[in-house]
Amino acid sequence: MSASAQGIPFRANTIKALHDSALRAAMSNATETFAIKRADAVSAVPLEEWREHASSTRLQVLDNLSYYVDLFAKNATRAGAIVHRAKDAQGARDLIASILKDRGVERVVKSKSMVSEEIHLNDYLRREGITSVETDLGEYIIQVAGEGPSHIIVPAIHKNRRQVGELFAEKLRCEYSDDPMVLTAIAKKVLREEFLSAKAGFSGANFAAADSGSIVVFTNEGNGRMCTTLPPLHIALLSMEKMIPSLADLPTFMRLLPRSATGQILTSYTSIITGTRGPNESTGAKEMHIVILDNGRSQIVTGEYREMLKCIRCGACLNACPVYRSVGGHAYGATYPGPMGIVLTTLLDGMEKAHPLLDATTLCGACGDVCPVKVPLPRLLRRLREERVERGFTPTLEQQAMAGFGWAVKSGTLFSLGQKAAGVFLPIGSTLLKDGVLGRMPRPAAKTFTRRVS
Amino acid sequence: MRVQLFATCLIDTFYPGTGEATLKLLREFGVQVEVPKGQTCCGKPADSGGYSKEARKAAEHFISVFQGSDPIVIPSGSCASMVKNHYPTLFKDDGDMQKQAEAVAARTYELSQFLVHVLKVHEANLKGKGRITYHASCQLTRELGVREEPLMLLQALKGAEFVPLPQADRCCGFGGIFMAKLPEVSMAMADDKVDNILSTGADTVTGCDHGCLMNIADAVKRRGASVQVKHMAVVLAEGLT
Repeated sequence: MSASAQGIPFRANTIKALHDSALRAAMSNATETFAIKRADAVSAVPLEEWREHASSTRLQVLDNLSYYVDLFAKNATRAGAIVHRAKDAQGARDLIASILKDRGVERVVKSKSMVSEEIHLNDYLRREGITSVETDLGEYIIQVAGEGPSHIIVPAIHKNRRQVGELFAEKLRCEYSDDPMVLTAIAKKVLREEFLSAKAGFSGANFAAADSGSIVVFTNEGNGRMCTTLPPLHIALLSMEKMIPSLADLPTFMRLLPRSATGQILTSYTSIITGTRGPNESTGAKEMHIVILDNGRSQIVTGEYREMLKCIRCGACLNACPVYRSVGGHAYGATYPGPMGIVLTTLLDGMEKAHPLLDATTLCGACGDVCPVKVPLPRLLRRLREERVERGFTPTLEQQAMAGFGWAVKSGTLFSLGQKAAGVFLPIGSTLLKDGVLGRMPRPAAKTFTRRVS
Repeated sequence: MRVQLFATCLIDTFYPGTGEATLKLLREFGVQVEVPKGQTCCGKPADSGGYSKEARKAAEHFISVFQGSDPIVIPSGSCASMVKNHYPTLFKDDGDMQKQAEAVAARTYELSQFLVHVLKVHEANLKGKGRITYHASCQLTRELGVREEPLMLLQALKGAEFVPLPQADRCCGFGGIFMAKLPEVSMAMADDKVDNILSTGADTVTGCDHGCLMNIADAVKRRGASVQVKHMAVVLAEGLT
């Protein structure tokens, strides 16, 4: 490697994942189910029209990002929320921890949020003496297991029900069951107590409507609503690109996101939260803080990869990706896996760390086909590979081979010499390297096609 | 009618029989075929690996070899898409080369595209045999939008039975350099493809890209299965006699 950084050990991670038969079966079943449900859910709707509209709305936001963030902040403040800006992960962690500590909060109930994973919030709060309890069932499962999410929508997608049963029996000291109803009831009983006693609730946001200062949270379990309405204090963390211009734009995304994610027509719960509890309202937090995270996004939005910020985190590209389906999310060694994860991780964490992830695509294009907001993922992935080469993050041997290719490809004579050399070296190479790529190539023909016809 | 044939480096090096089948097929339908001398590789492996400088060298060479105005026929979806879709982008900063690239792109056809849209081969009296299934390769399907043409050709084969492949357009795991960089994942994906192929009970699997077919043939061999892996040109040419 010419640019020394080793980066995420993606290949080693994939080998480990491929040996885990339970993981492979769970991944294959779940992603296939979601992909089929998605295809059904979009089959009878004017999908292209919706995608085009959603994409242009997201672009409109990115073109005027600071305007919409300011507008949102102004309107959310007017509605009673306290709005904070965080430049980076540490800034956001400090803000959230100090809000909680200043109010003596030791336990917080938490609705699922990928941005909180991005800033590793739970670990930080734990070090600060604050316990955060994940209340989305999948997040709860992986929190009990001490793992991170392996899918941005379905965090415990890599586990089957027997594994969840064993996990609960061991960690929660309950009787083993692999019945999802029983397991859900166990979690519900624990979480209900947490909801009722929590002094603070935490959530992310799927969208933030600039014209009203509202945050919008989609959940399927109702836990998001509990977190944001039962405790007296609500802290919401959102990355700055979650803006939509107006609540009037929400229906487009309400239709597209769940269809793309799980094939649902709508999510079970759509919460629109505008500021604190009003004088005549019976629910809602009395104190609301909104933390808007930048973490590199104001830079990304000015560059050639800006369209990545159109992403609405539906996970459709994960379910469609043949690499993700084969190895699952943990292999990526990053917060965001799959095609959108490769791009976002490289942009957020840098090429030094993320360059091996750029191998994790065949550029098959399946991700681009399913993206509800038309993020040109195959083009961004290819361009990042180009940048990886330009910045010297590919192996020296590969660089030399490609330079040789570039030299030989310009001449029919040189190229046929190369073909002759392949005729000699490929069979030898394939005997020596049975497990490598050469072992899987056929032997070159004794006489090439072009020589046969010349 | 005259065409220029780009055999592709994989067919030239490893599968000359597919090149000959393509020639036979085109000639049978009255086409005069020129195989321009000095042709090498379209540059796809460099391009998808991010080596744009080397990909541009391949593209420049291709453009210099394929002069004239005859249609260019390519028996590979990924190479045809390289020429049609990626060449013009490679020269986005070079107006003159971009014009030449666009001109070459405009007269380039993937083989099944040419057989159906220009020669109407699917309306001819084609023969076939056995149970045939079809792998829809990625660039052919998603970049060129060639979804129906191969099926039209296979369904026209009298005496053969076409059986649809489950998840036909799922990537087989070839992916050019992908196969070399993540061989374990590549093999796992090819194994999934073979599972689907075997589930159809077909005795032959065909496709329009030798990269995929090479990867699939390797997985079939590892499995010890007897299903034959043949390029579309070979399947069609076999029905001519």
